Amino acid sequence: MTALDDAIATAVFQPSFPGFDAMIDTGPIPIVSPTAVESQRLFAAAPQEWVTADLDAHLRRFGPLPLADYPSGAGKRLLVEKVARAGLRGRGGAGYPMSEKMALAYEHRKHAVVLANGCEGDPSSAKDRALLRRAPHLVLDGIALAAHAIGAREAVLALHTGSPLTAVLANALAERVGDPVEVELAEMPAGFVASESTALVNTLNTGDPRPTGVRTSTKGVRGRPTLVSNVETLAHLALIARFGDDWYRAAGTPDSPGTTLVTVSGAVNRPGVHEVELGLPISDVLELAGGETEPLRAVLIGGLGGSWLPIADAVELPLAHETCADVGIELGVAALVALPARACGIAETAAVLRYLADAGAGQCGPCLFGLPAITADFDALAMGAADRDLLPRLQRRLGVIPGRGACSHPDGAVRLAASALHTFADDVAAHRAGRPCPATVLGPWTPLEHRP
Amino acid sequence: MRLRVDPINCHAHGLCAELLPELITLDEWGYPIIEDDQLPPELAKEARTAVQSCPALALSLKRD
Repeated sequence: MTALDDAIATAVFQPSFPGFDAMIDTGPIPIVSPTAVESQRLFAAAPQEWVTADLDAHLRRFGPLPLADYPSGAGKRLLVEKVARAGLRGRGGAGYPMSEKMALAYEHRKHAVVLANGCEGDPSSAKDRALLRRAPHLVLDGIALAAHAIGAREAVLALHTGSPLTAVLANALAERVGDPVEVELAEMPAGFVASESTALVNTLNTGDPRPTGVRTSTKGVRGRPTLVSNVETLAHLALIARFGDDWYRAAGTPDSPGTTLVTVSGAVNRPGVHEVELGLPISDVLELAGGETEPLRAVLIGGLGGSWLPIADAVELPLAHETCADVGIELGVAALVALPARACGIAETAAVLRYLADAGAGQCGPCLFGLPAITADFDALAMGAADRDLLPRLQRRLGVIPGRGACSHPDGAVRLAASALHTFADDVAAHRAGRPCPATVLGPWTPLEHRP
Repeated sequence: MRLRVDPINCHAHGLCAELLPELITLDEWGYPIIEDDQLPPELAKEARTAVQSCPALALSLKRD
């Protein structure tokens, strides 16, 4: 506990430093920051990237699973209240308050199920795999605590079929005694949309890995109320249950408390996963990833279904829900892609859109037809082959697609496309004037292949 | 009452837009767009007909 506090004390959030403003006002932006500090909470028992914290290492660092601190009905409510005071928000992308999810599953009083989502479907994010590999016991603690709090009798941890993590988690489970529920490891087909919560439930119930849009909190695994939670959220729950909400809020911002795992890729020297305080400026996050390999032009924030932000706006932006909302974007899943200045934002976006169009479940018309249509528009724009109607047609399409699918997959693709038109307005104008794009052969910088 | 399309079962037959053009238009691929899902009482009969006519059983009325 003391060492953890020390780690927090050294990781004090500083929004700026002398000379910061001058740096971002002058031409090419060097991302050099003395404030970049990695946090040590989730990875406190697993400081080395490739080493799994076994149960001994885990208990030495964090102490025992504090189930006895939350006995019977009153104790369970105390735990949910503590999570509410801590302000824990989901780390799977939506940022939904965890305490509300827990209360919802608890209300139904039909033995609920905990479904831990370890299926990271977005290829620009690798943080769940890093967490499961390094700190499996923290995730299993979170599952145990969530199951205890909502009175669940079953718990499922969803991983990708053939993932090396299944063995890591099986080993970790074999080390444990005294958990309130048995945790079933379930292997799921890998895929962008198959990792969505209703798709996971559908896979478990019927083998069909497509989203259903059916509310999992009332009708989830085997028809039971199901708390579907990202594995990182559960790991934070395990920390809050041990160290309390005041401790938790010592890191992060008022509306985005705590730390988060963030995946950085693109034109940085050391792409990878880092634990940072929410509210850390994006320049610092890029610095933790070794800094940029060349001058940057924009950053993709929030995964493939996220938003492009011009580099000048991105560097000073604190990575938090409320600060992203202030500039009209969503934090989404904490993943950043650094796009170099020589890249074409339209060609890059076209490549990501093609991936997203192909990744759809093929169920809902607006997604099935709409995503290929906007992809074709972006391709034509990047090739300098835009007809006069392209932009109004594209704008109309971007206006009608969102909100009309069973899941939010099409909404994410539209968010990405709309942000590209805004952020890369220069490219749009040049391409519209007929300039084809020499940069199309360079990219993509965005990771579009799923790695196990 | 609110008008709702089940996006998975809808297969763009388009009958709903013919029977209830006041509330339903079609996108360029033939799928319904409902701008305002609140059903005005004077269109209740037409809406029920549209719901009953959907070949995919994808259109429904939900209580507020």
